[in-house]
Amino acid sequence: MPQRTATIASTVGLHARPATLFTQKVSEAGIPVSVGKKEGKAVNAASILAVMALGAKYGEEVILIADGEGADAVLDELVAFLETDHDTKK
Amino acid sequence: MTTVKGLGVSGGSAVGIVALVAQPSPLPDESVSHDPIGDLSRVNDALEAVATRFDTTAAALSGEASEMIAAAAAIARDPGLLDAVEQNLEHLGAAHALHAAVQGYAAQFTELGGYFAERVTDLLDVGARAEALLLGRPMPGIPELTEPSIVIAHDLAPADTATMDPALVVGIVTEAGGRTSHTAILASQRGIPAIVQAKGALTLTDGLRAGIDGDSGELVIDPDDTYLAAKAEKQRTRERILTLTGPGKTSDGHPVMLLANIGNVADAELAAVADVEGVGLFRTEFLHLTASTAPSVAEQAAEYVRVLAPFGGRPVTVRTLDAGADKPLAFADLGPEPNPALGRRGLRLMLEREDLLDAQLAALTQAAAETGALVKVMAPMVATMQEAAWFTSRAHAAGLPLAGVMIEVPAAALRAQQVMQVSDFASLGTNDLAQYTMAADRMVGELSSLLDPWQPAVLDMVAAACEGGRVTGKPVGVCGESAGDPLMALVLTGLGVSSLSMSMQRVPMVRWSLSHHTAEDCMRFAELARRANSAETGLEAVRSAASKEITDLL
Repeated sequence: MPQRTATIASTVGLHARPATLFTQKVSEAGIPVSVGKKEGKAVNAASILAVMALGAKYGEEVILIADGEGADAVLDELVAFLETDHDTKK
Repeated sequence: MTTVKGLGVSGGSAVGIVALVAQPSPLPDESVSHDPIGDLSRVNDALEAVATRFDTTAAALSGEASEMIAAAAAIARDPGLLDAVEQNLEHLGAAHALHAAVQGYAAQFTELGGYFAERVTDLLDVGARAEALLLGRPMPGIPELTEPSIVIAHDLAPADTATMDPALVVGIVTEAGGRTSHTAILASQRGIPAIVQAKGALTLTDGLRAGIDGDSGELVIDPDDTYLAAKAEKQRTRERILTLTGPGKTSDGHPVMLLANIGNVADAELAAVADVEGVGLFRTEFLHLTASTAPSVAEQAAEYVRVLAPFGGRPVTVRTLDAGADKPLAFADLGPEPNPALGRRGLRLMLEREDLLDAQLAALTQAAAETGALVKVMAPMVATMQEAAWFTSRAHAAGLPLAGVMIEVPAAALRAQQVMQVSDFASLGTNDLAQYTMAADRMVGELSSLLDPWQPAVLDMVAAACEGGRVTGKPVGVCGESAGDPLMALVLTGLGVSSLSMSMQRVPMVRWSLSHHTAEDCMRFAELARRANSAETGLEAVRSAASKEITDLL
């Protein structure tokens, strides 16, 4: 299965607004995506509860795995999203 | 006629039907799921039903309340919650599997703190509702009301109060809570009579007729005609009081400004059309507490314009950001502290994060210029003259000519002369001043009696602060809940306080009370209250000396 590593660019980490937007993007993609920290277990990337509970902080790396049609393209888009700071401006 | 006694925290009286908020009862024993797929689908249906109900509620509301409920609906539909349930079904029954999934996330979020911890209430509420559906139990939270009711609960969550229909909720009674708890403040803002610390209230039966008196703190079950007639008379007098208008003054013309406490744009719009002389306390935390990043100067200025504009030329006193410790900010969290009330909060947080204060002052200067409003700024949690001087120079440099301090730390009250030398005005935050004078945590409801503003030691602190104002010739106001107590307002006036800021619903009664007494009466009452050996005897002494026209109403 295709896999990518992304570094969290939002200064508050992957929570609150960035996490909400991220899970929305995953849901729109329509294929199963998981996210996890390097040593930790992977969780459902469409779940705001699970994603926030990861507690991924600014500068931390997370691993994304997707399965299904267009998985590579979906992952590229999600990596680009995570590597952009979504806190700076509304 | 039986009576339940508590602490009256929001005045007025009403009659309604007892509506109990169900207490979560322990889950029944279950065996490990025999049919995990079927059970998962039942849990899913329950969660979806909760989400659908929330959708309907959110659609009927607007603004912040609607967003809060929509966020709760999203939690109910969260796939991660269902994933956890699925795992738990390997060793638990359906209800326990759901319960454990909710508790698991709640524990993680509580540990993460800040923004996450705020979501825990929503999460637990979603879980409790879905569990009730799953078990065929009555829904937790406020039951559906069909007639004017007195809601009785252990305590109320912010989500409960957001959806409360003021036409149907005519009174609120809680067994927990305190004088300055969330419930008390919200009820008082909305003018709903409320009683907290009412032990035994939950043992009452649904559907009984009851009368609530939020001044005396009494809930009377099955009231007789005499009681009802007396309350109706009292209510009529209250309505007569509303006919007295204009600036606050004693019967001999000594002016006491009557101001409103506000916390957001909606409060500002409501207060601006009321008969008040301005705002004595604008709490600015609303912009910051829910934000994940520091709001920009432009964002803040836009909100401040909306708050300031409705008041025209009337003064608006803005308390700069009072966060930290128990009100942590996502973007300026200094970490947990063993004793948040005594920690790096208020101005102490600003000293660490000057950028936050400077941004707020710049935004206020912009908003003041744009609206032409008369803006005064004051710093919370000031303890020393040096802190006061630092804040004043910061505010003046930003272009705000009127900079003051909140006096809520005993050190600032005792050294008010020095503190006020370097400030333009002072405002007494009597809730915190009582907390710090009596060393009694405001969050501990059982300590309510120590936090009574009639405690002579607290009044001595107020007197010390007023003496500082007298010597320096600068005004001292009060913006704590005690300013809205019609008898305490007289005592404060007698001590030398020149403005009283309160929930706007309390203004008419205080105006009425002032208009029935002279400035000399007030000074005499202040003497009586301070000479007393206890809060109770002080209150009693002032009550018997005050005009019967007022005390009959209390």
